[in-house]
Amino acid sequence: MTLDFDVIARSLPYLWKGFQYTVQLTAIAALGGIFFGTLLALARLSSIKLLAYTAAGYVNLMRSVPLILVIFWFFFLVPLIVQGITGAERPPLMGAERTAIITFILFEAAFFCEIMRAGIQSIPKGQVYAGYALGLTYGQTMRTVVLPQAFRNMTPVLLTQLIILFQDTSLVYVISATDFVGAAAKVAQRDGRLVEMYLFVAFVYFVICFTLSQLVKILQTRIAIVR
Amino acid sequence: MPSPMIAAKHVSKWYGKFQVLNDCSTEIHPGEVVVVCGPSGSGKSTLIKCVNGLEPFQEGEIIVDGLSVGQPTTNLSKLRSRVGMVFQHFELFPHMTILENLCLAQIKVLGRAREEAEARGDQLLKRVGLTEQAHKYPGQLSGGQQQRVAIARALAMDPICMLFDEPTSALDPEMINEVLDVMVGLARDGMTMMVVTHEMGFAKKVAHRVIFMDEGRIVEDAQKQEFFGTPRSERAREFLSKILHD
Repeated sequence: MTLDFDVIARSLPYLWKGFQYTVQLTAIAALGGIFFGTLLALARLSSIKLLAYTAAGYVNLMRSVPLILVIFWFFFLVPLIVQGITGAERPPLMGAERTAIITFILFEAAFFCEIMRAGIQSIPKGQVYAGYALGLTYGQTMRTVVLPQAFRNMTPVLLTQLIILFQDTSLVYVISATDFVGAAAKVAQRDGRLVEMYLFVAFVYFVICFTLSQLVKILQTRIAIVR
Repeated sequence: MPSPMIAAKHVSKWYGKFQVLNDCSTEIHPGEVVVVCGPSGSGKSTLIKCVNGLEPFQEGEIIVDGLSVGQPTTNLSKLRSRVGMVFQHFELFPHMTILENLCLAQIKVLGRAREEAEARGDQLLKRVGLTEQAHKYPGQLSGGQQQRVAIARALAMDPICMLFDEPTSALDPEMINEVLDVMVGLARDGMTMMVVTHEMGFAKKVAHRVIFMDEGRIVEDAQKQEFFGTPRSERAREFLSKILHD
């Protein structure tokens, strides 16, 4: 068997587009996931029981189901449900890219919720009291006192989860979205260059994720000194 | 007699089945300095936290400056913004500089402009003798310095009264006096103060009245001379003999 790594150079613009989508999906899922995850965490810690239980139920459901199943649900089931509700003739087309973004935000929110919940609970109750005693409202106390400290405490764990998310986005391949892996797979099959393409993709993922995880390690020691 | 600044009427509180406050009633008038003492677990910290609604209570009523703390219709945030509070563990915000600690609520709650808030902050840091530390973080200061900042932070809101919850209990002995000096200064300036403390020297120096609590009850509520002269209850006598060395 002869290897032809030239196929990578030839398909680079196409692979680059796929890679951009991977980064975009990771970024949007991370921002959306952190945003909704924080809201979920506040709900889970709420003294309003209904809110706390609903959020806990959602988080437990998402964390107990494989991500690939959630992707399938949203890709195949949600259009059918929407059709059932609206009574349209055909199920609405969501498109693989959009489905992927929505799925990842909803799924990651459950994981970021648990990270944020731990972060919020790591802040002493006295800090909340101090905020209230100064006349800050619940929202102001959370935004200015608790969450900034929680985020700082949680940064290493958040970044580690981001690295996992970056790898997990490759699962959108199953609904034929053209992410980095998807683009590589399409080229690989078209040109019959499976070994070269999958080696290349693995190499790129490894370099990026390994570098980032080393950076997290450095950051971890830095934060430890500051506190 | 003018109306009291703080009035507690038959306040009772339970944690589950355990009763922490039992029918507590007292009044604090404008300009008065009242020291609350008693053995640990007697409910004194809980009582002071009820005064600005940090802890809920099940029975009775607490009126602060004419507003009922327990009423759901009371705007608690607004009420708290007018009642300064100092905690045992300082509770400065560690992710903000000293000056930012002083400015946060002035800007967010009172709606002051940043320059105005900083000017007021600088003024109060000068008062507690910490002008040099304005741009440091709380972690870089000693306990005594942090507690003085915490007092300045509360004063920045121009409160109508101040609550102190064991302000010197977490301090190393050599730092207690620098904090007490600030508090004595405040008392002499006529600030209305409710102080939970074991510092009987402070009580003797500036308090008008002393409240002694035991097992959730206010056992004794007396003028200072009376309390230190002839405490009526056996428990108060016992307590005083244990903590008074001087």
